[in-house]
Amino acid sequence: MGKRIGLEVSLSAAEAVKMANVDCIAAYPITPQTHIVEHLSELVNNGELDAEFIPVESEHSAMSVSAGVSAVGARAFTCTSSQGLSLMNEIVHIVASMRLPIVMILANRSMSGPISIWNDHTDVMSIRDCGWIQVFANNGQEVFDNVLFAYRVAESQKVMLPLIINIDGFILTHVIEPVEFWEKEQVKQYLPDFKPVYTMHPDRPVTMGGVGMPYVFSEAKVAQDEPLIQSKAEIITAWKELGDVVGRYYKPVETYRMEDAETLFVTQGSFGETVSLVVDALRNEGESVGLVMDRLWRPFPFDEFREATSQAKNLIVIDRAISYGGQGGPLAIDIRSALYKGENQPNITNFICGLAGRDVTINDFKNIYHRAMEKIKENPMEEDFEYYGVRGK
Amino acid sequence: MSKTRQDLTWQELEIGATIITPGNSDEYKSGDWRSIRPVVDKKKCIKCGTCYIFCPDAAIYETEDGFFEADMFYCKGCGICAQECPTQAIEMVEEEE
Ligand code: SF4
Ligand code: SF4
Repeated sequence: MGKRIGLEVSLSAAEAVKMANVDCIAAYPITPQTHIVEHLSELVNNGELDAEFIPVESEHSAMSVSAGVSAVGARAFTCTSSQGLSLMNEIVHIVASMRLPIVMILANRSMSGPISIWNDHTDVMSIRDCGWIQVFANNGQEVFDNVLFAYRVAESQKVMLPLIINIDGFILTHVIEPVEFWEKEQVKQYLPDFKPVYTMHPDRPVTMGGVGMPYVFSEAKVAQDEPLIQSKAEIITAWKELGDVVGRYYKPVETYRMEDAETLFVTQGSFGETVSLVVDALRNEGESVGLVMDRLWRPFPFDEFREATSQAKNLIVIDRAISYGGQGGPLAIDIRSALYKGENQPNITNFICGLAGRDVTINDFKNIYHRAMEKIKENPMEEDFEYYGVRGK
Repeated sequence: MSKTRQDLTWQELEIGATIITPGNSDEYKSGDWRSIRPVVDKKKCIKCGTCYIFCPDAAIYETEDGFFEADMFYCKGCGICAQECPTQAIEMVEEEE
């Protein structure tokens, strides 16, 4: 078993990147991602990690450099948050179409404005449709494990797609948690060397990122989306094998206290841990409630989600992002569409909360639960959503 | 090649739409874009080759008798050759259906 130590999640994330033995880190500092990149620069500087550390002049360059690194067959890592993600947006889409298995940690932070450095999921939702595999983490251990998982999946020749690990800014990045490190042997067993299909090499000239004329563009897009959809099988295998190596098993959709639960909370990211305590408390009060945590965001685990919610009467979907002018938060929208054709459709209520790091406490979630029950009683199948805790609402 | 690039299915594309045959842009028919076409008046042409130099698509080639002609597979009808010809030997005429 690996060593279990207390460490800030950002630092343990950087240690996991070191264990993945990346070849290049290209990043630009932005709160709350900073500690991850700072620690990586220290690891490179003191010789613990044999990699190029490229302190680029912008996030656009960070992703461009990572594209070049990956295209020559090296292992690339980058890391950003909110506005930084916006600045690299152009290349984020391009590397997915080029099938370059870059791994990025996104320390989730609100999209300005108003200007905010605090946590929510509006940054990742702004690039939801960028073609990357996207996962969320509940805690520091998951972040650590998922870094090694990320390279294993992204670089699989069946997949060959970039991967984003979402971790809640401050709420996860800046807390100290016990994390069990992997043994070197375990990494060796789990994560093979990167074997790219094509590389930029003067002896074997190829063109990557070429023009796609209208007669081939749609085919190129299907050739990009199909492997993303199919990657779910590889993702499930990689999580299963991760469990076989280190004893922690992960699934696309995680459940908690589902026994006869009439009502299920649905969460993404670090809310899951808080809501699990809320579920315990409500169960003690005699409520029939459970929790579904969505870990895999793209490809969306439709089947797993339908299965997890098949017995439930009510869903309370918690979103930490807004789809302006849309029908609730992005998670609720996907869940409604996932369950649209089902037979026993549950009532679905949706609460948007925790924007820009506003605390959502156990009591708040209890209020949300009771408010949801009230709403469902009044108007069962209404497809609405509500901003929780907004003054004047 | 039995199949042209235009017939490839999505499964037949290389990963990431990578192009593994260098120089395959010569298979691309930029002539499809053309709405006007250059016609050379050989009486005015002094065989200077200016049109050949200026054509942005390298569509113009020298014929055996020293004149210059545009390959209609590539000529996109931009009219640069007609603009640059020192003796106004090239006229751009409408393509007809
Ligand atoms: S019209 Fe344009 S493309 Fe055609 S031959 Fe003249 S210069 Fe070249
Ligand atoms: S530029 Fe005019 S004169 Fe010169 S070769 Fe071309 S057509 Fe003839």
